[in-house]
Amino acid sequence: MDYRFESVPAVREGLGNVNYLSDEGIAGVVYLADRLQKPVLVEGPAGTGKTQLAKSVADMMGARLIRLQCYEGLDESRALYEWNYKKQLLRIQAERNTDGTWSDIEEDIFSEDFLLTRPLLEAIRAEDPVVLLIDEVDRVEIETEALLLEILSDYQVSIPELGTVSATQIPMVFLTSNNTRELSEALKRRCLFLHIDYPELEREKEIVLAKVPGISESLADQVARIVRSIRQLELKKAPSVSETLDWANTLMLLNIDQVSAEDASETINILLKYRSDIDKAIKEFNSNGAEFAEQS
Amino acid sequence: MTDTAHEPSPMLELLGGFIRELREAGIPVSLSENIDAMEAVSHIPLEDREALKYALAATMVKNDSHWRAFETVFEVYFSLRGKHYGIDRDGEDGEGEGDSDTPDMEGVAQQGKGDGSGGSQMTAEELAEMLYQALMRGDDAMMRAIARTSVQRFAGMEPGRPVGGTYYLYRTLRNLDLDGVMQRLMDKAREEAPDPGLTPLEERLERDEYESRIDRLKKEVEAEIRRRLVADRGVEAMAKTLRKPLPEDVDFMHASREEMANLRKAIYPLTRKLAVRLARKRRHGRKGPLDFRNTVRHSLSYGGVPAEPKFKYPRPAKPEIFVIADISGSVAAFARFTLHLVYAISNQFSKVRSFVFIDGLDEVTSYFEGVEDISEAVHRVNTEADVVWVDGHSDYGHAFEVFWERHGKEIGPKTTVMILGDARNNYHASQAWVVQEINKRARNVFWLNPEPKSYWDTGDSIVGEYAAHCDGTFEVRNLRHLEGFVENLA
Repeated sequence: MDYRFESVPAVREGLGNVNYLSDEGIAGVVYLADRLQKPVLVEGPAGTGKTQLAKSVADMMGARLIRLQCYEGLDESRALYEWNYKKQLLRIQAERNTDGTWSDIEEDIFSEDFLLTRPLLEAIRAEDPVVLLIDEVDRVEIETEALLLEILSDYQVSIPELGTVSATQIPMVFLTSNNTRELSEALKRRCLFLHIDYPELEREKEIVLAKVPGISESLADQVARIVRSIRQLELKKAPSVSETLDWANTLMLLNIDQVSAEDASETINILLKYRSDIDKAIKEFNSNGAEFAEQS
Repeated sequence: MTDTAHEPSPMLELLGGFIRELREAGIPVSLSENIDAMEAVSHIPLEDREALKYALAATMVKNDSHWRAFETVFEVYFSLRGKHYGIDRDGEDGEGEGDSDTPDMEGVAQQGKGDGSGGSQMTAEELAEMLYQALMRGDDAMMRAIARTSVQRFAGMEPGRPVGGTYYLYRTLRNLDLDGVMQRLMDKAREEAPDPGLTPLEERLERDEYESRIDRLKKEVEAEIRRRLVADRGVEAMAKTLRKPLPEDVDFMHASREEMANLRKAIYPLTRKLAVRLARKRRHGRKGPLDFRNTVRHSLSYGGVPAEPKFKYPRPAKPEIFVIADISGSVAAFARFTLHLVYAISNQFSKVRSFVFIDGLDEVTSYFEGVEDISEAVHRVNTEADVVWVDGHSDYGHAFEVFWERHGKEIGPKTTVMILGDARNNYHASQAWVVQEINKRARNVFWLNPEPKSYWDTGDSIVGEYAAHCDGTFEVRNLRHLEGFVENLA
């Protein structure tokens, strides 16, 4: 068995080359996922780059990304495979005038020609390198999770009429979850767990520098610092990394190089999406100054 | 597949103990996860402590709220491994450590200030100056060295002395006077600012930056103390003393300030999850009984054959909730979390009304109306509600009387009444007849008590007297209990 990655630093560097700034934890888990041949369950607040991680890993490996978006009511025929019913009917009707026996037809209509592959089966059968992304797995019902278990632990899919389809090569698998409900123990047990939180100051600054073209170092630094301060408040929804980037872009467009309290207050609706959060942040920025004036 | 079998046995043993301790701390580690961890460890360079940490976490800790507990256990079990921190077990009798630290300290001092004073000869003023410099520049290596020296000097640690790490931490930090240093740093920042001075925003950012540096220093000090304690007492004993309940298991009544802050952070995701779950439950509720009329009507299109049975659409009743909460000191936190949770899922109920009392009673429903931020409203409840009648000591009897007088008539057959409190009545009259009367009018009356069951009806607690008239009395001591109760309510 060949391993895809040499070492943890190599993973980190590789991800860096495709513009995904990872940290020790992220790179370590991706590395282990390859070594242990296990799926990775990525959890964390919205907008911290969970889905992007899978995309970037695919990018780094030059692999094809197969994505299964989960939603309530997702079922076998959308996730795994489906028989092409119409084609089967046509086949049976075409057969009517010839003298084939029933068993011939049956064998024929349940062959691979009549199978419609869905993302999970497609990932298993792929010959080229693939990365399978199962996005927002917490949206499916707990019963539907069971669909995933076989593929996650053994990398195979059982089709009653065809037999078991095993993977030709073990794909990298990422599952993401926004943690709107507890996932089942069975699912968690089969995965490596990775929690991606809001990045540290330094990393956020680097992300801003990497993703916002032409931004100056000092502005990126200010942006990261202000966002960190905002995240320390008790908010309904703290600003995510993607919102930080939007904000940095906005400041660039407005030609602001030195963020003042007024600029921050005027553009804060890009970072925060709830009225009460916005009020709180603006109040915090301004009242703090008064408090200081008294002290000094 | 791997060479787990050839693993050096000390490592295996250490991991075994580590996993036992994780389970003791309440983190569920299954056998297969255990095996995964062993395999993961064989793939990473063992001297890389960070990598080891993430490997173990990824394979065994599958819930983010368990991370802190994991980290603590990890620090205890693997702190001795890092080559930089190799504490000589034999030299572990107070003074002996000075030698191993000095060269390290000297080096830092030289690069830092250039006056080359060695660690052990440094005066307190010099140390304070170095601390100031280190925080100023955010120099991690120097902060680490300062943490070591100050623990050595100020904590006054003695081998075998049975005090907890918090005591040493307190002693060390008191001597470092971090508030004073903070003040100095801010003064300096103000001084150095270009002419118009710092704007409020800039001040705040500077302050946040220094605060985060000071936090890092505190963590270093804590880690240093822990390392020494581990060396003194052994891994297992230490892990046991440091064991803390997971956030969902923290007792409301005995939560420390830090635990309270964690609880407050935990409640929001909890309510979100609960709301999602309840909404789903409602949507996927099983079908109702057969709707005979509808079935016959549809059978006409099949020539009278009831080919397509129709069912009644289930209409789960949305109860009306009355929360009556004691908000006196001892149980205030409990009332706060319950109100928060109930209001967070208030769309599951047709109406929620809330009353709070100590010895007087006040309705606080209006505080929650049209408010986006529940915690703000809860805060107002605690500060603005008019709940003191005589002396501000809990008087359930009087509060219930007032409630009955003012609102008794508003209770109807759809109402579920939740009474929150420890029923410690300070030996006043119980007026249990009110609860009986409420129960006659209401659909259900539940009593939630944040005290452990074994304390009920001891001292001035008269929960038994009220319980006789309730449909259920529940011990609700932590978030896990509370979540379970509220979910069943909806």
